[in-house]
Amino acid sequence: MEATRTAAPSVLQVDIGGTLDIGPSWLLRGLLADLRAAGASVELLRPAPAHFDYLDDLAGHDAGALPAQQQASLAAWLARLGGGLRQRVVNWYAALAFGGRLIASAAPAWRSLKRMRIPSIVRHMHETGVQAIPVVAVIALLISVISAYIGAQQLRPFGAEIFTVDLVAIGVLRELGVLLTAIMVAGRTGSAYAAELGVMKLNDEVDALESMGMNPYEVLVLPRVVALVLVMPLLTIVADAMGLAGGALLTGYLLDLPWSQFVMRLDSAVGETTFWAGLVKAPVFGLLIGLTGTLRGLQVRESSRELGRLTTVAVVQSIFLVIFADALFAIYFLEIDF
Amino acid sequence: MSSTRPVIVVRDVVNRFGAQVVHDGVSFDVQPGEIFGIVGGSGSGKSVLLRTLLGLRRPDSGTVEIEDREVTAMDDLELREIKRRYGVTFQHGALFTSLTVAENITLPVAEALDLDEDALARLVELRLRMVGLPLDTAAKHPAQLSGGMVKRVALARALALDPSILFRDEPTAGLDPIAASAFDELVLYLRDTLRLTIVMVTHDLDTLARTCDRVAVLVDRKVIVDSLEGIVANEHPWIRHYFHGGRGRAVRALQENARGT
Repeated sequence: MEATRTAAPSVLQVDIGGTLDIGPSWLLRGLLADLRAAGASVELLRPAPAHFDYLDDLAGHDAGALPAQQQASLAAWLARLGGGLRQRVVNWYAALAFGGRLIASAAPAWRSLKRMRIPSIVRHMHETGVQAIPVVAVIALLISVISAYIGAQQLRPFGAEIFTVDLVAIGVLRELGVLLTAIMVAGRTGSAYAAELGVMKLNDEVDALESMGMNPYEVLVLPRVVALVLVMPLLTIVADAMGLAGGALLTGYLLDLPWSQFVMRLDSAVGETTFWAGLVKAPVFGLLIGLTGTLRGLQVRESSRELGRLTTVAVVQSIFLVIFADALFAIYFLEIDF
Repeated sequence: MSSTRPVIVVRDVVNRFGAQVVHDGVSFDVQPGEIFGIVGGSGSGKSVLLRTLLGLRRPDSGTVEIEDREVTAMDDLELREIKRRYGVTFQHGALFTSLTVAENITLPVAEALDLDEDALARLVELRLRMVGLPLDTAAKHPAQLSGGMVKRVALARALALDPSILFRDEPTAGLDPIAASAFDELVLYLRDTLRLTIVMVTHDLDTLARTCDRVAVLVDRKVIVDSLEGIVANEHPWIRHYFHGGRGRAVRALQENARGT
């Protein structure tokens, strides 16, 4: 295409050669229209491209207007802020309603074993528990090795290396074992729950269940949550055992502490409640992770981006809730001297 | 390019999965400006054939040529290049759910060309007008659209790069008869104005009768290609059953109408 601008009263001569696809023809047509609107007189040197008739016909139909681009303004900013706040409130309400529905659907399930869906619970226990043992064990081993190493190093100047055993034993049993297990499970299972339920939601599978007269809370949510509540204490015991083993290994290596001495020291360091103080938190953490994951999964709507966003939210929130609950437990145990 | 040279040439294509042979020597040509229908029972390999034509699957033997270039012998880079020359619509639309309609339509354009916002907006307007959608659809997300609108947006996206060939998988599946026939008219109109070559897999006998110039039937791992009249008159038991069963009435009525006038 060539355009020649002739003298004074701007006449634009346009020479369109060759053939053009529809898209370029449309853009050219728009450009010529803009020029004419700006007051230039446009002259085509050759017959207009073949598609122009079709495009004129298209443009003749009334199809409304393209939606305007959103402008950045104070009002829009305020509206976004308000929308965000409203969303917060809606989210809290949704979480409450979710809990309520779950309790309502759990009530009849307690009364009959069939409605507890034992096979489903067992399957989820296998996926979230048995298959998580290796990673939980390794993490617990490593964290106790790290704390034993730091403890031994810091306590040596005081000649109090022997207290490394106390540090590792109490640390692992009360806090680290259960907390790290919960964080691993949140990352592994919380995300899996959210993604599974989210995809089911996108595929209308949840609606299909409901249309068959089944309660998705009873069929999908309850077994997952129950499985996690049951499995968390078991995983915590694995983590505790591996943590103590790691502690024994490293104190033996760093402090030349024989195995029998470690056990004796352990016996005096650990009170009878120490183990239980960690274990009792496990089902609570399992409940929090299970509820968060399934709730976020069921909130997925419409698009694959939502699925990704809510899966992330599920993991971040469940880890946050676990640590927050752990802090509450710490204060509570201190108050009751547990 | 001479108008009699076929756009798509398929020769002796064999596709097999393990011991199961899906296509055993499938050959046919598609002429430019033609609407070419592919039918066949479930599991007869319609989708596999379409994927082979698109270069998404390499046949176990045989060749596919599109516009005189052998798709089956291309490396991935060349394939990507030639894929811009054709548009595809999928059975369920396959719109990107996280993007708006406008973004869906401009995605291939923005990927292939360096255009400014204004030009992209104009192209969105063009494509929406071409498929007969109101322009305010542009800001919507796919989840907010009806089934018919999703199919139209999918067509708009397939047309975004002005393809010369359009492949369509079940274009009217899931549409009500009114929407389906409006869609058929639209496709005919686009074919006539844009001189598109269209290859479609369909089970919709009305669409087949209304739009297709020639029909390929996949039976017994082979393909039988003929005009619709020829296919309907074919004596193969499966084809007889397909077109003369209860649901074939519309086609026969149409045929008889055509003969009567």
